[in-house]
Amino acid sequence: MANTVKKSSSRQFKLKYHINYMLVALVAVVLGIMSKTGVITSRSSLEVLQQIAIAILLTVSLSVVVGFLGELSLGHAGFMCVGAFLGGKFANDLYPLLDVFKKREFSEFLEKIDYKPLADLLEKIGYERLNDTSELLILIACMIVGGIFAALAGLIVGLPALRLRGDYLAIVTLAFGEIVHNMFMTAPEDIFGGPSGFKTPKYDIYSLFIIALVAVVICIILVQNIMRSKHGRAITSIRDSEIAARATGINVTKYKLIVFMVAAFFAGVAGVLYSFTQTKVQTEHFTYIYSIEILVMVVLGGMGNINGAIISAVLITFLDNWLRGVLGEKAIFHKLIYAVVLIIIVVYNNAPALKSFREKYSLSALMGNIFKKKNDPAKPGDDEAKWHRVPTKIEIDEVLSTKIQRDPTTSIKPDKGGKK
Amino acid sequence: MNILDIIINSLSTGGTYAMIALGYTMVYGIAKMLNFAHGDIIMVGAYTMLVCINRIPYTTKLGNMVADMLVKQCGLEEKVAANITVIAFGIISLIIAVIVCMLLGMIVEKLAYKPLRGASPLAVLITAIGVSYLLQSAAQIIFGPNQQNVPVGDFGKSKLFGVEISNYLIITLVVSVVVMVGLTLFIKLTRTGRAMVAVSEDKGAAQLMGINVNAIITLTFAIGSALAALAAYFTLIKNVGITNNMGAMPGIKAFTAAVIGGIGSVPGAMVGGILLGVIETVATKIPVIAPYKDAISFLVLVIILLVKPSGLLGKKRREKV
Repeated sequence: MANTVKKSSSRQFKLKYHINYMLVALVAVVLGIMSKTGVITSRSSLEVLQQIAIAILLTVSLSVVVGFLGELSLGHAGFMCVGAFLGGKFANDLYPLLDVFKKREFSEFLEKIDYKPLADLLEKIGYERLNDTSELLILIACMIVGGIFAALAGLIVGLPALRLRGDYLAIVTLAFGEIVHNMFMTAPEDIFGGPSGFKTPKYDIYSLFIIALVAVVICIILVQNIMRSKHGRAITSIRDSEIAARATGINVTKYKLIVFMVAAFFAGVAGVLYSFTQTKVQTEHFTYIYSIEILVMVVLGGMGNINGAIISAVLITFLDNWLRGVLGEKAIFHKLIYAVVLIIIVVYNNAPALKSFREKYSLSALMGNIFKKKNDPAKPGDDEAKWHRVPTKIEIDEVLSTKIQRDPTTSIKPDKGGKK
Repeated sequence: MNILDIIINSLSTGGTYAMIALGYTMVYGIAKMLNFAHGDIIMVGAYTMLVCINRIPYTTKLGNMVADMLVKQCGLEEKVAANITVIAFGIISLIIAVIVCMLLGMIVEKLAYKPLRGASPLAVLITAIGVSYLLQSAAQIIFGPNQQNVPVGDFGKSKLFGVEISNYLIITLVVSVVVMVGLTLFIKLTRTGRAMVAVSEDKGAAQLMGINVNAIITLTFAIGSALAALAAYFTLIKNVGITNNMGAMPGIKAFTAAVIGGIGSVPGAMVGGILLGVIETVATKIPVIAPYKDAISFLVLVIILLVKPSGLLGKKRREKV
């Protein structure tokens, strides 16, 4: 009986587990069509879209480290910096190849080709389309190269993560970010431009955001599926208790390195995208303050919650731009507001004194009271249904610490099945 | 370049770092949390001095009057008299800054950190980051983003074994040594100091012994913030302009120093601070690696942590289930 329930629930396609990236994809398609047909023409709104896509990439990737692995990384901007500079460098090296596709050079190029049908085919396609296609290919290649370099940097940061935990690791990642920022700033000017900035090719603004959103979709699908697989469970188990995870035979070393590399990879991709939106990339953009801004988005979205991370990235980037437009000179006030909101949210969500209050009045509890039927203890618990969810924070510390204080009569009560 | 010059320079830089690192390490030892906002308390101290010296009306007038009086009564030269007044005002403003910073440290502890006692360390750290962000943006709103100068007087130069050395370096060095010795004695000899050690060893047991743990934690924050104000004075003495994020870099570096020395250990913070000062000063003197001096000090941190994960003088923590 239980077996059949298991099978049917695991094979069912549940829309709510796929809705997030589908929505992003839908947005990408709709806005792509709108910009191609000329409905959206304002550059500023397209810039906001690019920023939102980059912010989502950064936030989702950081939430893998902070929310799922449970290690605080303050060097995310450093990975982005690696991606932006090395990807931008790669693009700078590849862009001269595009000269072939200019009108005059193209005909010369065609004459050089010995194989006639190929030359005919190329001529038929036309140099403009070839130019666009190869520009896109270069962008993708740069994203992959920048991502891989950033992932290598992530590997380097991941190595200390094997020996250090918590605060110590946080400070090492912060140090890493500062080292990277410092290195690119003091690197020879003919390679990376020095403090004044590094010139990178700028991609067509009307199509870059589509590519960025596609990258976001890929990122969300990948991260979400990793977290729902057994590897994701292993990662969250390391967060909840490293010793217990090790004792169960989970390869902590492997998973920590994987998490750091995956997060760094997407941060690097975001960096490459950033370098393509800018004519000049400056190291000042990548200080630890930026890492903290990304962290704020992750925390506001709820740690270990991908959808929350996406929503907060969208909202904060949008609000940022909107407030900057509205407030003008007084735009610094929004930083103050963020700081206050951040403190209040973290204190509210974590203060031990507010625990009972939280449980009583939390949004999920309220929703549960209204929409969900009471769990019937006679029926077998539907654990399998929860298996599809991306695991959110399980407060093992709270469980351990409240065990002693808990009233014996309450502990006998059946676990509230699907509520958490 | 002279060896003595390098020694004095690195020791005084290290002394400043040690001052800040002590704040980090004491708070970490007792409250088991990383006070990320500590660097910004330096900034608040510096701005307090700015307000005391430049912004309060009549201070200039009062200063002129005192200088005049010195000229008339004691027969000093005008320049010297003006300088003495500026120095005296600087020291008075330092005292005010110490008080302001202590109050600020206690308020921050009460409002942001105390509710989270017993919560996960990550939450506390993120709150601390939020406080740091808050202080920085508040300072930017109040004082603007531009760099400002605060005159605290010229201490002149003196000759030591035939080498010309700025006096402020010596003052920094001497004051930091005095503070470090005083703090060590305070922790070793007084009842409050012993109570601090007890709280850092075992909070529950300390409470059972009749120690007011909350008061001790507040006191620790107050002492740390007072040291931060002192560090702010050491920064101003160098004639460096102040901005709203001036505390960030020294804060991070001093934190690095605290971690190098083993966070939670008071002598460790001193050793780490001075080590960092030496590394930085030597790196500045070698032209090839001078631009990379920040990167080098962080690299040293990473290497030391990889070899000794709990720092040079830190206690080994064995994880238990």
